Amino acid sequence: MARMSYAEALNEAHCIAMRDDSRVFTLGEDIGEYGGIYRVTKGLQAEFGEQRVLDTPISEIAITGAAVGAALVGSRPILEIGFVDFVGTCWDQVFNQAAKFSYMTDGRASVPLVIRMACGAGLGYGVHHSQSLEAWFTHVPGLKVVMPATPADAKGLMLAAIDDPNPVVFLEHKFLYEVKDEVPDGRYTVPLGKARVAREGGDVTIVSWSGAVPWALKAAEQAAAEGIECEVLDLRSLVPLDEDAIVASVEKTGRLIVCHEACTTGGFGAEVVARVVARAFDFLDSEPLRVAAPDIPVPNSLALEAVYLGTRERLLEAVRGIVS
Amino acid sequence: MPARKRTSLALSNEQLLQLYEDMSMLRAFDEKISERCIRGEIPGLIHLGVGEEAVAVGVSAALQPQDKMVSTHRAHSHFLARGADPKAFMAELYGKATGCCGGKAGSMHLADLDIGFLAANGVVGGGLPLAVGAALGQRILGSDWVTLCFFGDGANNNGAFHESLNLAAVWDLPVVFLCENNGYGISQSIHKQQRVANVADRAPSYGIPAEIIDGNDVLEVYETVRRAVDKARAGGGPTLIEAKTYRTTGHYVGDSESYRSEEEVAEWQTKDPIVKFEKVLRRKKLLSKALKSEIEERITALVEEATDFAVHSPALDPAAALTHVYCEGGV
Repeated sequence: MARMSYAEALNEAHCIAMRDDSRVFTLGEDIGEYGGIYRVTKGLQAEFGEQRVLDTPISEIAITGAAVGAALVGSRPILEIGFVDFVGTCWDQVFNQAAKFSYMTDGRASVPLVIRMACGAGLGYGVHHSQSLEAWFTHVPGLKVVMPATPADAKGLMLAAIDDPNPVVFLEHKFLYEVKDEVPDGRYTVPLGKARVAREGGDVTIVSWSGAVPWALKAAEQAAAEGIECEVLDLRSLVPLDEDAIVASVEKTGRLIVCHEACTTGGFGAEVVARVVARAFDFLDSEPLRVAAPDIPVPNSLALEAVYLGTRERLLEAVRGIVS
Repeated sequence: MPARKRTSLALSNEQLLQLYEDMSMLRAFDEKISERCIRGEIPGLIHLGVGEEAVAVGVSAALQPQDKMVSTHRAHSHFLARGADPKAFMAELYGKATGCCGGKAGSMHLADLDIGFLAANGVVGGGLPLAVGAALGQRILGSDWVTLCFFGDGANNNGAFHESLNLAAVWDLPVVFLCENNGYGISQSIHKQQRVANVADRAPSYGIPAEIIDGNDVLEVYETVRRAVDKARAGGGPTLIEAKTYRTTGHYVGDSESYRSEEEVAEWQTKDPIVKFEKVLRRKKLLSKALKSEIEERITALVEEATDFAVHSPALDPAAALTHVYCEGGV
């Protein structure tokens, strides 16, 4: 065990994977000597060289397609796209190309690719650098979608994503990069599709992921002081989804709140609610709730961004409301 | 443009005859496919390569078995010329389980990794970045393949084209960009879509050498591509080759072709790549009438066998629609 940040844990995962397997390499804008805008690739070029830690031009279509093509012929690329907001520039290569190869060849081809992208608001970055777009990816069969909330999971999920034979969209919350916690030493994987019970409780299930997990834990702590015990489930990956873990928790608590940072409409919270209603309707003591952002772009002013991020404050109110 | 050195790449008589037979075979398959598509047996959007066979055959002859190929929506000729199994190809078009992609790819998404044919593509320009990636993968894996990337003139106004050329140049990747310039992006002539006269004119701005060739001359295609492939394999970086050609059938089976005159099509039919090469072979006294008949018989038998195989292959189990969304070990 060592205490390290989410960014350092991701860096360690890269080192382990690249030392173990010469097919693994990484590419992206400013990831070499500069170390990446979040320092996730810091020092990698010094250890592994310019051929395996590739600085790229600002050409998201070409570098994404290059990663897909390189994966298709048997290497194991890790692509960094600095902000998930930029995926619009290379979306065809993600959802039409990477996601389709296994299916359109009936299993004869695979794209073992990890696309790392930073998501999330809270830093006053404005409309083009702050969004949470995970629901887009979950709507594309063929992609896996991973969203770690802790340093230990960041490392273990990254190593699992690199091992996976499918294209994995790996969304890192930019507010979590500097968060420090205990991280196990050496190689280990956290399987995709296994949720984590971040806090146990019997009154309300709060399902969350990525940057919303700390909010859920804080609300749970505050609610506990008022005698309400929340169970906080960290999904870790949205595809594959640990539906059994969600259902099991709701069967225990009888109440469901899904809390995510992204906008409400068409957000992944709707999918979680729909699945719970289909499988555990009879266990529900009250209507399931979504606590998520209003349907607005992310404004630049911190005063306005706080409205977009109002989920944090509204979550505790929702917990109080659902048990009353 | 550098002077062409024809002598160093001379082909044997057997190889020359094979080029002729291959082009004729591609034509016969596309004619059969057109017939079966009109009859309603082959579903979907079908883009024929009639008139462009010299490009597919000349290119394939210039490649080594380990080389990779990335194609477009007009992929039949590329796929067959690269060595795809004709039966599995036809069965794929018919949507049968015996198809090379289990019926899930059809005409526009053909692939066979065993022969290095990575992907056709339903998206114009979609393949160019993939080809750069296949070349990058070669470098990472320490292999020695070259990636040949087909694209059409329609793709050269797409951002994927420009980004891909730049990236391949910056990284000196072993990729050959082969533009099949047939003059039209569906109904729009190339002159309505860009100010520069040639696709090749784009290449120097990315630091990539380019050549313009007669795409209906199979030997010129072969020799030019062979030099570019050899150069890329030796570490000389990418090349762009623009092969001027023409599709003498519509954009797809069923196209009204209202955008071009019969005279224009007729003029290009006089430049038919197969007829043109036949004359070359006759001048060399390599192709007698008897040999031509023999070749035609072989091709007819091959096309019939593949078509019969496709027609008589069992229908797909609908349950197959739900498989292989993810690779083994996936969800």
